[in-house]
Amino acid sequence: MDMSKDLVAASATPLVLAILAEGDSYGYAIIKRVAELSGGHLQWTDGMLYPVLHRLERQGHVAAKWSASENGRRRKYYRITKEGRAQLAVQRQQWKAVDGTLRGIWMESCTV
Amino acid sequence: MTTFADQPLEEQIAQWRAYLRRRQAVHGPDVEELEGHLRDQLVTLAEAGLTGDEAFLVAVKRMGNLDALSREFARAHSERLWKQLVIAPDAAGESAHAARAETLVVLSLAVAAALAVKVPALFGLRLSPDEEVPAFYLRNASLFVFPLLAVYFMWKRGWNAVGGLWLVLPFAAGAVFANVFPWETVVVDNVPKGSDTEVLTILHLPIALWMAVGFAYVRGRWFDDGGRMNFVRFSGELAIYYVLIALGGGVLTGFTVMMFQAIDMNAGWFVGPWLIPCGAAAAVIIGSWLVEAKQSVIENMAPVLTRLFTPLFTVLLLAFLATMAWTGSPINVKREVLIGFDMLLALVVGLVLYAASARDPQAPPDFFDGLQLLLVISALVVDGVALAAIAARISEFGFTPNRVAALGENLILLVNLAWTAWLYARFMRHRGSFAALERWQVAYLPVYSVWAALVVVIFPPVFGYR
Repeated sequence: MDMSKDLVAASATPLVLAILAEGDSYGYAIIKRVAELSGGHLQWTDGMLYPVLHRLERQGHVAAKWSASENGRRRKYYRITKEGRAQLAVQRQQWKAVDGTLRGIWMESCTV
Repeated sequence: MTTFADQPLEEQIAQWRAYLRRRQAVHGPDVEELEGHLRDQLVTLAEAGLTGDEAFLVAVKRMGNLDALSREFARAHSERLWKQLVIAPDAAGESAHAARAETLVVLSLAVAAALAVKVPALFGLRLSPDEEVPAFYLRNASLFVFPLLAVYFMWKRGWNAVGGLWLVLPFAAGAVFANVFPWETVVVDNVPKGSDTEVLTILHLPIALWMAVGFAYVRGRWFDDGGRMNFVRFSGELAIYYVLIALGGGVLTGFTVMMFQAIDMNAGWFVGPWLIPCGAAAAVIIGSWLVEAKQSVIENMAPVLTRLFTPLFTVLLLAFLATMAWTGSPINVKREVLIGFDMLLALVVGLVLYAASARDPQAPPDFFDGLQLLLVISALVVDGVALAAIAARISEFGFTPNRVAALGENLILLVNLAWTAWLYARFMRHRGSFAALERWQVAYLPVYSVWAALVVVIFPPVFGYR
């Protein structure tokens, strides 16, 4: 299933924040987690994740730290901040509203 | 570290990394982060059984189009599109160690320049806030700084000490001729008036010695490819940076005086003899360092100013000529007129020179070239009119050192501009190349310094130290 670009872009922020809310992580692991959660339906261009992460970092929703990884290379780990969690809650409300509305209209069309 | 035993794969990664690094919006740490991602991906793909080449293709494809990626980075970090002058080692060549060493050398040279200004005070030649600056300081102003600047370039370009030793000669000669002549101070109407030839030395010695700095700049290879033009570019940028630093220095000085006055202290003893002269000397070194560091990072300013002012000066000259033709009023030859027209010619030469410094010699003639030619020709006409007026005056009043110096300079600049106009006209009519014009301009550079040296060395004895 090919998802529209706008939808992918819009869902990126809540998805990244939600994954980081599970625990600290890094770029490649986040991408893998997204693929796993969506069952392969949500395919991101890998590189595009990083501008999203950097924007969130700048907005203060996530914090980043360079530390050594298991393979000896330096790796940038991201952690969700308090503001990030608040933002996630807000986004969750918004997505719920969208989801609820769509569900409502689709249920109606089913019953009719 | 996940390095791959597969050598071609490592090379491919290095190539990809170099390609990514050229993106302005993607900084060093981002490249590292993205490379880490690429390597993680490669490991996973290799475990899935792909060969190095296949894995690389897939991983790069998944990473996405680099143009689109760097556009996204630019949106997340919009400030990165504004080039910043950061004096830090660039990711590619220079090591952090070399950058630190340069900072250290530059700072010590700047301190040395500042202290050099204070050395004469040890021998009783003091700068005082209440008196005029002793002529000694003015005559030797360039000698406090230029040798240190030459040392900086010799260090930076990796000159060996022996090769640099003969650069001592011009500076030593400069020091001798700035100080051995017994200049007279005549008293006119109870006001002591410095000798004319002494003032000429003050003005001309820096021009003569700037050539020695140029030699250090081009590493002694004056005639090598583009070295001279690079020195011209450097000189223009340094002048602009120096003015900017001087503006900042002026603000600093103003606040120093104002704040200490507020607590009833007079900072004059510090500002006059220390802050201004030492700061002015050190700023030359610091400015040069900034220009060296920025040359590839930030747009050159001198050619921008040239583009801006060439049309305006052309309009000025044409309006002047038209007015003179219309009203028929002759040039009123006063003392300063000759010097004024010298400066006009020097300015036009500067406009031509800096336009040439930023131009692609291969490009065909365009509108701006026509404008330049018009500027040069109108400057020649204006100067011709002025010279005719001045010649009359000189035959009437005889020769003085100032008049001879000004006339000599006028002649030198006139020759340059006349030949420039000829080369420009040929270029406009597709009979010659722009490179010929550029060659002529850089070949002419030593003429200015040689003439300045002549004024310093010969004028005082010839005119009896008047």
